[in-house]
Amino acid sequence: MASYKKEKGVVWDWLTTVDHKKLGIMYLIAGTLFFLKAGLMAVFMRIQLIMPENSFLTGQTFNEFITMHGTIMLFLAATPLLFAFMNFVIPLQIGARDVAFPFVNALGFWIFLSGGLLLSTSWFFGGGPDAGWTAYVPLSLNEEQLGLDFYVLGLQVSGIGTLISAINFLVTIINMRAPGMTMMRLPLFVWTSFVTSTLILFAFTPLAAGLALLMLERIFDAQFFNPAAGGNVVIWQHIFWIFGHPEVYILVLPAFGIISEVIPAFSRKRLFGYTAMVFATMIIAFLGFMVWAHHMFTVGIGPVANSIFAIATMTIAVPTGIKIFNWLFTMWGGKITFNTAMLFASSFVPTFVLGGVTGVMLAMAPVDYLYHDTYFVVAHFHYIIVGGIVLALFAGLFYWYPKMFNHKLNEKLGVVFFILFTIGFHLTFFVQHFLGLMGMPRRVYTYLGGQGLDEFNMISTIGTFFMSAAVIVLVINIVYSAIKGERVIGINDPWDARTLEWATPTPVPEYNFAQTPQIRSLDPLFYEKVHGDGTMKPAEPVDDIHMPNGSILPVIISIGLYFLGFGLIMLEMAEPIVSPWIVVALGGLLTFGGMAMRSLKDDHGYHIPKSVVKADLKKLGGGK
Amino acid sequence: MAGAVDTSKGLPSHPERATLEGKNKFLGFWFFLGGETIMFATFFGTYLGLRNGVGSGPASDELFTLPLVFIMTMILLTSSMTSVMAMFAMKKNQFKKMMTWMIITVLLGLVFLGLEIYEFQHYVHDYEFGFTTSAFSSAFYTLVGLHGAHVLFGLCWITLLIIRNWGKGITLTNAPKFYVASLYWHFIDVVWVFIFTVVYLMGAGGY
Ligand code: HEM
Ligand SMILES: [Cu+2]
Repeated sequence: MASYKKEKGVVWDWLTTVDHKKLGIMYLIAGTLFFLKAGLMAVFMRIQLIMPENSFLTGQTFNEFITMHGTIMLFLAATPLLFAFMNFVIPLQIGARDVAFPFVNALGFWIFLSGGLLLSTSWFFGGGPDAGWTAYVPLSLNEEQLGLDFYVLGLQVSGIGTLISAINFLVTIINMRAPGMTMMRLPLFVWTSFVTSTLILFAFTPLAAGLALLMLERIFDAQFFNPAAGGNVVIWQHIFWIFGHPEVYILVLPAFGIISEVIPAFSRKRLFGYTAMVFATMIIAFLGFMVWAHHMFTVGIGPVANSIFAIATMTIAVPTGIKIFNWLFTMWGGKITFNTAMLFASSFVPTFVLGGVTGVMLAMAPVDYLYHDTYFVVAHFHYIIVGGIVLALFAGLFYWYPKMFNHKLNEKLGVVFFILFTIGFHLTFFVQHFLGLMGMPRRVYTYLGGQGLDEFNMISTIGTFFMSAAVIVLVINIVYSAIKGERVIGINDPWDARTLEWATPTPVPEYNFAQTPQIRSLDPLFYEKVHGDGTMKPAEPVDDIHMPNGSILPVIISIGLYFLGFGLIMLEMAEPIVSPWIVVALGGLLTFGGMAMRSLKDDHGYHIPKSVVKADLKKLGGGK
Repeated sequence: MAGAVDTSKGLPSHPERATLEGKNKFLGFWFFLGGETIMFATFFGTYLGLRNGVGSGPASDELFTLPLVFIMTMILLTSSMTSVMAMFAMKKNQFKKMMTWMIITVLLGLVFLGLEIYEFQHYVHDYEFGFTTSAFSSAFYTLVGLHGAHVLFGLCWITLLIIRNWGKGITLTNAPKFYVASLYWHFIDVVWVFIFTVVYLMGAGGY
């Protein structure tokens, strides 16, 4: 682009960037790597379970894999992948030049990454955590298992990153909207991200508190969970699930948002029942907080509590049903294009319904004694998580890829990927319902032969091979498309879509919009195509644009947090190489020093001069 | 969106919210406090669940002496008031007055913190009531200690602000910073009111 950019090394540029688009891409890459890692563990677990009394993995390794698989998938893969799209898309969809706090945005990414790396470091110190992703006490108080300290501190650190990112999204959506972009004109992806950020704010804080308790108990010998000293183990379960249940909605609401963007775009119709969709989102979020104890039916909280939580849980089916029907009505009578994105989006609907139905089954407290901790549960939540969230992520990937990377993904390979994945997914998880009903317990590394479990386990594992093949095809697709894929440079709106992100030039300039657009309707770009000349009306004259400076401090602060966490873990090591307190002090110095530096030095950013913006407008503004 | 606010005729009546940056800080901080509230609520819940889990250690009504806690409460409440005075001064563009009230706030906070440290060491030495004594002691020190850590952090923060902006006058850049810091201070105060009620009044009363 133009010459006002001070030339710096590429690596330095990415390390110091505060541009929400680059951060979106960084989340995408980091999330994908964690996804592949956790996916590989899943494949190993399934290979272990392919036949009875297999000895491919030891019981201990299996326990570590199951814990790391669940933890990584939820915290380090699904969440960051959704954050990737939120970061990239939200400012574009609301007509903003940036997020409210660009520095905090970068900080959030790096802190998430350092927490994730801290968790992964456990492999070098005697193996990963092994108490399941729920880390139930007293299982998670096992003193020999250093992995659990990595679990506690890794999640604590990465949770801070998630929290500050959520606050950033909330403020961005409230304060940074373009003129005319009222709350009731927000695209649904923005709405669901907004509600999700609220959930993060109110759910990740109890998790932080719970992890702090666990940390104090493990490392500083607190007595919260020690019955002999007056402690109580069920407290952990309450705190964990007060976070844990909303966590599911934290993931699934933005997935709903993606589906609500993709389906209208490729049905060539506006989203059916926009207002109902918005309120359904809020109701789901609210109820999501009221139902945590449905994970504890068998703990013995009593029949009254069980009934209340059972009914509250089933109530969620109502707003969810509203959503499902609205998607169907959107497609109904539309001119549907079945490209890869739309294939994933439309197959999301029935798959998710299946997961929802088994959810209602699980919500019946008395019957839950039958299902509890069997493969029925595993099948249920994978239908929600994979059949819901992951399918939506794939839909979003194919949909937004051209805006993010200036070329499309290959459609033929995309369809192959879709077919392989769908077959694999249902093969793997559908039969697990029956395995569960036949009594196969979850979180157990093997089973005896001749109990009728053999065939279904075999089928289930073969399904994962299909999914693995599918992922390989996706990787091939990404590489192939990078080299040969259809370029969309200069083409702003390759899908002929409806929302504002498609009004920006491709590649998107660092300031997003040369002139802030004037929003005149829901689906603003589509409105201009029908009622205007197809381009957004500017809300301001061309002028200098103020941009934030990059900074290396987020990286430094995150490295500091890594060492802070690592130092605390060293307190538990038998023979640490250096004194743990030195490491803690070093980490603290980096973290608080970095923060102090940020607050002592006012950073006023810089201006992109009007002349450059005008030149860009000439060069990029054209394009259809 | 250039963020240019005309200050030639003096500061606007809400200098802390005059720029977009200030508005963002303001709103973001409220969200942050929302999160903090939930976090404290979780620790309060834990404390309530464990406050009778005294094991073989002392119970709350053997420990707490209300006069000391009452004095601490008064000091902290007063410091909240002085920080309000500082904000009044800020809105009237009286820089010196604002700084004076801020410094008084810090001094009161320091006294509070000193008393809390005294209280803790009194429990540890005279009652053998340490962090690891019982579930109750762990929950007590975690909740009250976390509040103390917040006080300490707030003191460092405000002190840094005072030093940094010494003699600079009120500007649209530092007004939101002072404002947000004083919000934080109120928050700490409100949390303490709950601690006073839930931990000390209920505890000393033996409920
Ligand atoms: C797509 C391929 C996947 C396969 C083949 C797979 C396989 C498995 C297996 C074998 C287990 C252990 C079940 C047990 O013994 O209880 C498991 C557990 C789990 N999986 Fe997956 N999984 C996949 C994707 C995902 C995704 C995408 C997520 C979340 C984003 C996820 C989240 C979890 C969780 C939370 C657990 C529970 C872990 C625990 O009990 O501690 N999985 N998965
Ligand atoms: Cu749940």
